[in-house]
Amino acid sequence: MIAAARWRVIRRRLLQALPVLVLATFVVFSLLKLMPGDIAITLAGENATEERIHEIRELYGLNRPFLVQYGNWLAHAMQGDLSKSLANGEAVATSIARAFPNTLLIVVLAMAVALGLGVPLGMLAASRPDGLRDRLVTSIASLGIAVPNFWLAMLLVAWLALNFGWFPATGAVALKDDPLRALHHAILPALALAAGGVAEVSRQLRSSLVEILSSPQVRTLRAKGLSAGVILWKHGLKNAGVNLLTVATLLFNRMLAATVVVEAVFAIPGMGNLIVNAALTRDLPVVQGVVFVMVLVVISINLAADLLYTVLDPRIS
Amino acid sequence: MMLRRFFAWLRRDLRATISLAFLLALGLLAVCAPLIAPYPVTAQDVDNTLASPSAAHLLGTDDLGRDVFSRMVHGGAATLYASGLAVGIALLLGLPVGLLAGTLGGWVDDAISRFIDALLSFPSIVLAIAVTGALGIGLTNGMIAVGIVFSPQLARLVRARALVVRQELYVDAARCFGASTARILWRHVLPNTVQPVIVQVTLLLAAALLAEASLSFLGLGIQPPSPSWGSMLARAYQNMELAPEQMYAPGLAILCTALAFNTLGESLRIALDPTTKR
Repeated sequence: MIAAARWRVIRRRLLQALPVLVLATFVVFSLLKLMPGDIAITLAGENATEERIHEIRELYGLNRPFLVQYGNWLAHAMQGDLSKSLANGEAVATSIARAFPNTLLIVVLAMAVALGLGVPLGMLAASRPDGLRDRLVTSIASLGIAVPNFWLAMLLVAWLALNFGWFPATGAVALKDDPLRALHHAILPALALAAGGVAEVSRQLRSSLVEILSSPQVRTLRAKGLSAGVILWKHGLKNAGVNLLTVATLLFNRMLAATVVVEAVFAIPGMGNLIVNAALTRDLPVVQGVVFVMVLVVISINLAADLLYTVLDPRIS
Repeated sequence: MMLRRFFAWLRRDLRATISLAFLLALGLLAVCAPLIAPYPVTAQDVDNTLASPSAAHLLGTDDLGRDVFSRMVHGGAATLYASGLAVGIALLLGLPVGLLAGTLGGWVDDAISRFIDALLSFPSIVLAIAVTGALGIGLTNGMIAVGIVFSPQLARLVRARALVVRQELYVDAARCFGASTARILWRHVLPNTVQPVIVQVTLLLAAALLAEASLSFLGLGIQPPSPSWGSMLARAYQNMELAPEQMYAPGLAILCTALAFNTLGESLRIALDPTTKR
């Protein structure tokens, strides 16, 4: 009975994700339409011959209706065919397959740092609201949210990499080639990326814990003689779990964005590097490919979180 | 009356006062940039590159021998202009769309809401980079892109507010008296969205500032020789091994300004929230 209800919820979530997916991919495709002037001429590059322009028109189906073009593009994209780079002719899917693991490693590591530091800091702040520790954590969190990630990245490079030589200043190593060196390269970028995350997690966790701890339910527990620690761990954190999941989901989206700039500082050949270079040279197929993959990742993560909610909190339907 | 409440709020909230004073000073500095900056942004002192701070150059010179202090002042103006432009565009797009969705409801609301959801699933800077790549690089295009990317946040906020107001008794009453939808929008729904929008706009200004800095750092925003704090950081990055101190001034400026906008926004949220106890 319960299982059937849960399946219904899951099916509805999947159905809700579908229009978002369609609209998001439509936005990605429409980027092409934002280009001023004749797209074919822009895509063909400067000094292109008339034949090349014609070829581009055929290739992109630019003389067909817009929705047909979109359907065509989506059908190809869903099968992993993201067209070719205008700059070097490499299949976009191949470039992305090479770049994505580098980005993912940093983001996952940064996520671990954000939760690993943010959760204890949030609990510390919530254990005595408006106390000295609370104010300290809250102030640090405000700084963490306002600091530009890439500036923090530069500071880390200048101090820890160039000055002390503890970490490599630039580059990345694939995890499958040499896990230890890969992590060594990924630590500084992940730290730069995690600053805002630590701040966000600690702030949100603090406010939801403060709310839970001041509820009548917790007052009863306290009256029954439970220690503050047990209440904080067992009842506070358990109830804040759903909230934390929301924060983590949003954070993943934001880190995926911020990594683009951080990668530039460390010259990491990841998704950020790919899209920035493509945007600078107006290599639109690569731009579209990177955005397409990123938005797919974000939508999948959101969907996974939605499904997790139904497991964590049976009241949600 | 409004003014007196405003000053009473400032007296109570020291952090908001400091933030507001900082931002006003910055605004003044930006408006009077040509009067304050001792050198034009492109003036080069070629024998004196990457100099340390001195009486002639308060913050030293960059790798082309240009006065860093002058570039900071002019860069601040560009940065503030860019943030304002992005948030203005976000308002122009987000406000009417959110109002329409929330007030009309029905399939219009469904369609707009799904579209907002779709736009919100893009990592913001990534979409801004993509739009810049399509429109062509440059500060104005970059900020149009950031404005487009930020607009769904405002639309969602306004929609949620409008949905609540639509249910209010006095809106029903107005409708009974024959008020048109346009009149209800203008007289009842719009005024009710002002306060949350002010808060959100303040917070978005901080986000737009960071976005401008990021885009200009990547070379997709402001183009040389014009400076912004982000592009100054890009130059500092290239000269990091020779003159690491070049990155402190622009970075601190971005940090402090974003912090001021965020602090002001949070204070406003608390001050304008009717459920907060005084």
